[in-house]
Amino acid sequence: MSWSREKMCQRAAKELKDGDYVNLGIGMPTLVANYIPKNLNITLQSENGMLGMGPFPVKGEEDPDLINAGKQTITALPESSYFSSADSFAMIRGGHIDLSILGAMEVSCKGDLANWMIPGKMVKGMGGAMDLVAGVKKVIVLMDHNAKNGSPKILETCNLPLTGEKVVNLIITNLGVFEVDEGIKLLEYADNVSKEDIVNNTDAKVSFPD
Amino acid sequence: MDKKNFKKIYNSPDEASKDVLFDGMTIMSGGFGLCGLPENLILAIKKSGVSNLSVISNNAGTEGYGLGLLLETKQIKRAISSYVGENKLFEQQYLSGEIELEFNPQGTLAERIRAGGAGIPAFFTATGVGTIVSKNKEIKTFNDKKYVMETGLVADLSIVKAWKGDKAGNLIYRKTARNFNPIMATAGKVTVVEVEELLNVGELDPDQVHTPGIYVHRIIKGKNYSKAIENLTFRDI
Repeated sequence: MSWSREKMCQRAAKELKDGDYVNLGIGMPTLVANYIPKNLNITLQSENGMLGMGPFPVKGEEDPDLINAGKQTITALPESSYFSSADSFAMIRGGHIDLSILGAMEVSCKGDLANWMIPGKMVKGMGGAMDLVAGVKKVIVLMDHNAKNGSPKILETCNLPLTGEKVVNLIITNLGVFEVDEGIKLLEYADNVSKEDIVNNTDAKVSFPD
Repeated sequence: MDKKNFKKIYNSPDEASKDVLFDGMTIMSGGFGLCGLPENLILAIKKSGVSNLSVISNNAGTEGYGLGLLLETKQIKRAISSYVGENKLFEQQYLSGEIELEFNPQGTLAERIRAGGAGIPAFFTATGVGTIVSKNKEIKTFNDKKYVMETGLVADLSIVKAWKGDKAGNLIYRKTARNFNPIMATAGKVTVVEVEELLNVGELDPDQVHTPGIYVHRIIKGKNYSKAIENLTFRDI
């Protein structure tokens, strides 16, 4: 019944095309890097100032001067480069990054995204998310279909403060893959998921293939 | 060796900062998370007891590290940051109203600093359009797309961490410890830099310099770097 986190990441990795420059968000999106097909040349950007992010280090190889946007220790590759935060966001804002995969608290049927704030409760900040969704060519949301309390996260209209307006192109959840373009359209069912499962867990109109 | 008198060299972080610190001032502080922090200069600010500070920094440090040190002593009154999720004390002080907070998208924050240092008072960006970030700001349409006006930022003091610097103030940063440091170096009325290695002129290759010395007013050799790792992650072999 439905996709595991691993399956969701595997499915998200299928969206990567040879030669893409990609920014992966903190949390589950970071794990997509584990499923990049070996035959594809994918360059990962980290918005704290690096292109060509390598894997996590082995013990003893960690370097406090080399971290990703999630503040995790990482490694460099022969093709890596480093730059300032201003250069990093010039790349992002200037439309030079092909794909961004990030998490969400809410997505609306118009592609509005909310993922940074719960008023009065959580004040972490938006980090680079607003710049990424405004500037990157294609934005994919990778998230659980429902919140921890079971409430739907795909809605007619977002209730939480937005990260961006009409910015999401594709949603991948444990229930399926959805295209966002003048409404939500199911592209693919997750394993053993029915139309009814999706309708019951979504607070927006979804169109289904005939 | 060097016949010139290089007046930018100071002997300690206290000496390099004490006459430029005042209550209510604005300070830019380099670093991303705990990476590339001006550790010695933050300690000097803590020691000075200067208060009511407005601080511009991507993050707010963690407990015991970075700007977290100045939160403990309640020296910060206002912060402009993009993400403070790693610091519970910050969250507490914000929710209790002790500290004012202005969230900027990270790229907008970086560009505001870059613009400030480059003498550009304002610019338009698509980031934050349609969100609370663009509330009460001028919106303009270019080529059928909406953009919000953001203003440039400058500070009374920028504190910066570089890897290597020479006596003329030329700087080289190391790996992702570069982050906000080079742009903040350009946007301080006074920029004080700490380096791990302080070299004679001629020891840096001019082609490799990241920050030209014109932006650097004072430079010290830092010591006892903790270089804490916030999120130590290894791969399974």
